[in-house]
Amino acid sequence: MIMNLYTKRIVVNRLGLALSMVAMAIGLGALVWILGTLLLNGIGALGPKVFTQMTPPPGSDGGLLNAIVGSLLMVGVGTLIATPTGVLAGIYLAEYGQRSWLAPVTRFVNDILLSAPSIILGLFVYAIYVANVKHFSGWAGAMTLALIAIPVIVRATDNMLSLVPNSLREAAAALGAPKWRVILYVTLRAARAGVVTGVLLAVARISGETAPLLFTALNNQFWSSDLNAPMANLPVVIFQFAMSPYEDWEHLAWVGALLITFSVLLLSILARALTRQKIAS
Amino acid sequence: MASRSISDALTVTTDEPTRHDHTTKHWRQDALFRGTTQLFAVLVLGVLAAIVVSLVIGAAPAFHKFGFHFIFGTEWNPVTEEFGGFVPIFGTVVTSAVALCIAIPLSFGIALFLTELCPASLRTGLGTIVELLAAVPSIIYGMWGLFVFAPFFAEHVQPIAQSTLGKVPGLALLVQGPPMGIGILTAGIILAFMVIPFIAAVMRDVFEVVPSILKESAYALGCTTWEVTWNVVLPYTKAGVMGGIMLGLGRALGETMAVTFVIGNAYDLSWSLFGPGNSIASSLANEFAEAHSEMHTSALIALGLLLFVITFLVLAFAKVLLQRVARREGERT
Repeated sequence: MIMNLYTKRIVVNRLGLALSMVAMAIGLGALVWILGTLLLNGIGALGPKVFTQMTPPPGSDGGLLNAIVGSLLMVGVGTLIATPTGVLAGIYLAEYGQRSWLAPVTRFVNDILLSAPSIILGLFVYAIYVANVKHFSGWAGAMTLALIAIPVIVRATDNMLSLVPNSLREAAAALGAPKWRVILYVTLRAARAGVVTGVLLAVARISGETAPLLFTALNNQFWSSDLNAPMANLPVVIFQFAMSPYEDWEHLAWVGALLITFSVLLLSILARALTRQKIAS
Repeated sequence: MASRSISDALTVTTDEPTRHDHTTKHWRQDALFRGTTQLFAVLVLGVLAAIVVSLVIGAAPAFHKFGFHFIFGTEWNPVTEEFGGFVPIFGTVVTSAVALCIAIPLSFGIALFLTELCPASLRTGLGTIVELLAAVPSIIYGMWGLFVFAPFFAEHVQPIAQSTLGKVPGLALLVQGPPMGIGILTAGIILAFMVIPFIAAVMRDVFEVVPSILKESAYALGCTTWEVTWNVVLPYTKAGVMGGIMLGLGRALGETMAVTFVIGNAYDLSWSLFGPGNSIASSLANEFAEAHSEMHTSALIALGLLLFVITFLVLAFAKVLLQRVARREGERT
């Protein structure tokens, strides 16, 4: 078949656009496939027992209570460490860093830490903390999670403060407010929704982190709220149970996966809704 | 930027002590507040320095003992304490390369769809859905890969690949071996799905900043949508697209749990993409907590250091490229 240039261009165009739609469909399909799998495998085993019983030994009945509590504790402590650290560092970058070399360098490094492999941060905490105290612990896990969360919060605070119009700062300064008051009571307040979004995204990110917890918090078969001892947590329990040959454990792993994914997705959607509302208003 | 310096000039005047008594107090409080925030900014820098130092110290014994053999040696045996990291290094590079080969065209398609084809009302919604793929935790991709994708792949894709590609001389080498579902190729495919949201999001963002006048001029000359994208949008956004790809590469190199589930965790070196292998991150995840000898721990930390250095360079390159785009965007407006 002989095609003239015109038909050829139209065919190439149609083909390209069709492939682009296929790409979009593959992207959507992957998400639907993954969520569908989770629902299919997880929902059957989901019951009140999951929230009231401890992780079982192989072959017997149980739940995920200690893992859920452990995860909540470590994510909570990690967020409590990371939020003030990240917000203060972000304030420096956005409000004081215009003329110094420190701010651009820190921003650059922070962006790299944001995408750096989380397992390296686990290695780092192992090397400086776990290897010295010679036991795995919840503290080590919480520290690692904080290190992962800090860059997310720094970036969000920095970006959101930079979006606050300077006229606000100038108005406050003209009223005689010292700079620290201007920042804390005017600019930070104006950027509040964005900073909260950053914190929520950070929590979403660290809730599912598994790799760095493998050699910091490790795991604990039993109930423990002692942060100075190895601590059960959902991601590591999922990993251990999913890789095991026992069917009960595998079911529990799917339930855990379902819980984690939907809470993480919910947090991400909530965070997005928060900023969108802010922009709309 | 200009208005920022005006505000600075204004606030500086309040910083200076004047005849009022309380301004001295304010000045001190300001200095204290500034110092505190600066301390935390330095802390972020300090974390990076501390990571490098602690990893170098931890890795020193392994590098000292094996030297360059640590990078090129293929023997990894904790019992005889012989550690050569070539297999995990090779696995990391190959899985990331496979992931990029799949993710780049798909991300380009998604970005093109979102910026040029999609009805405006669906744009935000679909964009968010693609971004949500990035929020799904790594371990979930791993479980899905092991329990759902690998069996599907072994049953429906691998036999077909072997009966077709397997007949082609040269390519046959890549697809030999039993179709187990797990292995280097599966790990690469799962990784591709994990990095698509990152690359697609950057591509979409840089496609959106192409000035409409450029696109409209091309359309006015009679170009098709595809020609506008290929000959106007893509050349204009070259640096940004490259930055997005590097960002995806940085993610793929260090991705741990998803790979650990599906790569097979074997220290075998083979040309077959269907064969099991290992990556740096999956070696660490599998062995580190159980490593007892000092040399084993040190060898694993050395692998971690290599991974960190590689991802650092890739991410720094990505950042530089994306900064250049942002700067150009700043000049234009």
